[in-house]
Amino acid sequence: MDEAHLRAMIEEVRAGVMTRRAFARRVAGWGLTAPMATQLLALTGAAPAAAQAPAYRPTRRGGGGALKILYWQAATLLNPHFAIGTTNSDASRVFYEPLAAWARDASLVPILAAEIPSLENGGLSPDGRSVTWKLKPNARWHDGAPVTADDLIFNWDYARNPAVAASTSGSYRDVAITKLDDLTVRLDFAQPTAFWADAFVGNAGMIIPRHLFAAFNGPNARDAPTNFRPVGTGPYRFVSFTPGDMLRAELNPLYHQDNQPHFDTLEIKGGGDAVSAARAVLQTGDYDYAWNVLVEDDILTRLEAVGRGRVEVTPGGSTEFIQLNVTDPNREVDGERSSLATTHPAFSDPAVRQAMAMLVDRAAIERFIFGRAGSATVNILNNSRFTSPNAGLPFSIQRANEVLDAAGWARGRDGIRAKGGTRLKFLFQTSVNAPRQRSQAVIKQAAQRAGIELDLKGVTASVFFSADVANPDTFSKFYADMQMYANGPSGDPQRYMSQFASWEAATRANAWQGRNIMRWRNAEYDAALRAADVELDPVKRVALFIRMNDLVVGSHHLIPLLARPGLSAALNNLRTHRSGWDGTLAFLSGWWREA
Amino acid sequence: MAQYLLRRLLIAIPSLLGISVILFTVLALAPGDPFEELATNPAIPPEVRLALRASLGIDDPVHIRYFRWLTSMLQGEWGFSFVSRVDVDQLILQRLPVTLIVIGSSQILALAIALPVGIMAATRPYSIFDQVANTLAFVGFSLPTFFTGLLLIMLFSIHLDWLPFVYRAQIDATGWQWWWEHIKQSIMPITVLGLFQGAAWTRFVRSAVLDVVRLDYVTTARAKGIPERRVINRHVVRNALIPVVTLVALQMPAVFGGAIVTEQIFRVPGIGSLLISAVLANDTPVIMAVTFVFACLVIFFNLLADVIYGWLDPRISYS
Repeated sequence: MDEAHLRAMIEEVRAGVMTRRAFARRVAGWGLTAPMATQLLALTGAAPAAAQAPAYRPTRRGGGGALKILYWQAATLLNPHFAIGTTNSDASRVFYEPLAAWARDASLVPILAAEIPSLENGGLSPDGRSVTWKLKPNARWHDGAPVTADDLIFNWDYARNPAVAASTSGSYRDVAITKLDDLTVRLDFAQPTAFWADAFVGNAGMIIPRHLFAAFNGPNARDAPTNFRPVGTGPYRFVSFTPGDMLRAELNPLYHQDNQPHFDTLEIKGGGDAVSAARAVLQTGDYDYAWNVLVEDDILTRLEAVGRGRVEVTPGGSTEFIQLNVTDPNREVDGERSSLATTHPAFSDPAVRQAMAMLVDRAAIERFIFGRAGSATVNILNNSRFTSPNAGLPFSIQRANEVLDAAGWARGRDGIRAKGGTRLKFLFQTSVNAPRQRSQAVIKQAAQRAGIELDLKGVTASVFFSADVANPDTFSKFYADMQMYANGPSGDPQRYMSQFASWEAATRANAWQGRNIMRWRNAEYDAALRAADVELDPVKRVALFIRMNDLVVGSHHLIPLLARPGLSAALNNLRTHRSGWDGTLAFLSGWWREA
Repeated sequence: MAQYLLRRLLIAIPSLLGISVILFTVLALAPGDPFEELATNPAIPPEVRLALRASLGIDDPVHIRYFRWLTSMLQGEWGFSFVSRVDVDQLILQRLPVTLIVIGSSQILALAIALPVGIMAATRPYSIFDQVANTLAFVGFSLPTFFTGLLLIMLFSIHLDWLPFVYRAQIDATGWQWWWEHIKQSIMPITVLGLFQGAAWTRFVRSAVLDVVRLDYVTTARAKGIPERRVINRHVVRNALIPVVTLVALQMPAVFGGAIVTEQIFRVPGIGSLLISAVLANDTPVIMAVTFVFACLVIFFNLLADVIYGWLDPRISYS
């Protein structure tokens, strides 16, 4: 794969020889996220802005009765700038909307924007330093006031205000905004920015009304009555809300899309557990839709057999992977374990890392443990089942043994390999979660047959993923030889891929806030990441990201396991509109029920 | 009496302070972070999370945080939840009605079972009725509520499809329909809690009545020719109930505290589920407020039980 090849493919899309979806799939095979592929097409002017939305049949607004949704984690607030979890973002999304949302093929779809900025319509500047957004002229707040450019400017100001302490501040702090007319704003970037669709897009981009929040843009942000009685632009308007329990809404007669929404009332009930949520939809049919049914696949299959509902699989960007520690977790340097001053005694040998990579039976883990909740992958930047031609080693215990033999790791009397006083005995940690523990066991068995002993450790998720500086068991401390967890890019891979940059290494000096948790450092990777940050030519930028993926996966310090799609349960007659690249309720206005 | 009350109330102050210090320290030592989800979201830079922590004062030393909490608590400010940014007292008040209805009805159900069954069993010891009641009581309090709850859901919601297993605090219907819907969804949680509590109390009532029924004055009453029914009601039960009253009074704080497991299973939006979600989210102000209110209630009802003693048994004096 090279730049010329990419350009040829973009030409094919432009000429209509290749579909956009096929293009996204092909580049995904090279380790690129789907949003990245879409941005690429948009920047080269090859993309028609047509989104591939599922069919929407209702011919008038309303008449669909009640829509009842079950979340096993309850929403606790309804201000999108305060949301610190997906449940709160999703609940806010019922009432508030961004300018544009990420569709299921990861293309941008205009919501409050009149159109998606592009080179042809002049929305994007050729130097990559600015983007111009135009609002739909007919968008209104639930109280009837029109949505204007002043609202956008207010949101920018509100999110950036440190006194407000907004969780969306990261998307707005490096952008400047200028009002061009009542419906148009221009965003200016300090440096050429290839990925412009961050502010005002997706979950971080939900827009709140200036006329109701203007008095609360400061330390009193918490006191705004509209924090709990939202007035937005969304398809449903507010009825009542009990934090941590129930959210109720009704049809918004002013909604800006024809014939939408379909349902007259909406109810989102929170709390409980995932299994009974799946039951309430699939088995008793009490609810129409259950969010994120994190339940073992065979249980879901059994519930589906009742015939009332189905499980929906929504592919997204999340990847489950194993990290092999670059540093030595068992040696202290100035009181710091896993310090950058050390190297791992065994994993510093490429042969051991290669052997570890060959001992991971992805196919079995997918088939027997995760089922529909995971599909084997060898790329870290990936959202399809396509295997990269560049990276990844096939599962083979025999090959792993050969590699270790050749590298001089000889079996001891207990069957464990050792060389120069270093034994291949590793501590392998992950968060407590049944499929993860079962995957650990599968890998342990394979490793044993190659003369590697794994000690398995499970840490409660709330401890493992916490930022608690005092706790030795957090994933960012990484006081183990190997660990397994999942994360994924949202939109552009720039921030996501910074988790392998040397300057992001988690150390005591930065209170383990650094994102590079396996402490991998590679000069070529750093250079590629820095170059991608300012690279304006989208095709060159893609090539850089593919190189980064291959570098980190090719080092075998990072062993990707599975792409993790989202699972949800829906009644058979409910037609949802979901995207794995945006919030669950991002396209709620397009949900309907077949008569 | 007034002096006694005053003394008891004064003693309560240091115990409440001690409780709050212990609670706060334990919460500060517990691992976790209210912004855990931000930590695993690569789209959000770590500085955002640090700024949030700083703005809520989570990074200050424990003793400073404790005194800040104490001074605002003394001024009647309970603080606000880290996750929902709502005032804690408001959160608790929202949950109180449902908690009182569900847990209160279950306690009434428990009493309605325990009193007659316990008294009947004790007045006919080792009869068939006593044996059956004893066995059922044993089974009742041996089965944990999460098990009986799931069992009832499997039977009545999934197999028979009679009762809903998702509790909805707000119901749209009016009139009889409203009542019917509420009763339908409350039957299972109330039964689960009531039967569990009732089983334990039945055994207690039985042994309390057995203790009294053998006393000489009961025999005297019977010898005087007083009808058996009156002997039991007037002379036995009234005296036997003194320890039962204490037990029930001490159980009252639980009515306000909710039932964590049962509320979780049936999705009842009570104080128990508020507490458990706050614990899971490391939402210190909410955990502090709920547990502290609970501590106050325990102390208050302890005092109340002591006062009721004197009323039930004039021999007890408060000098």
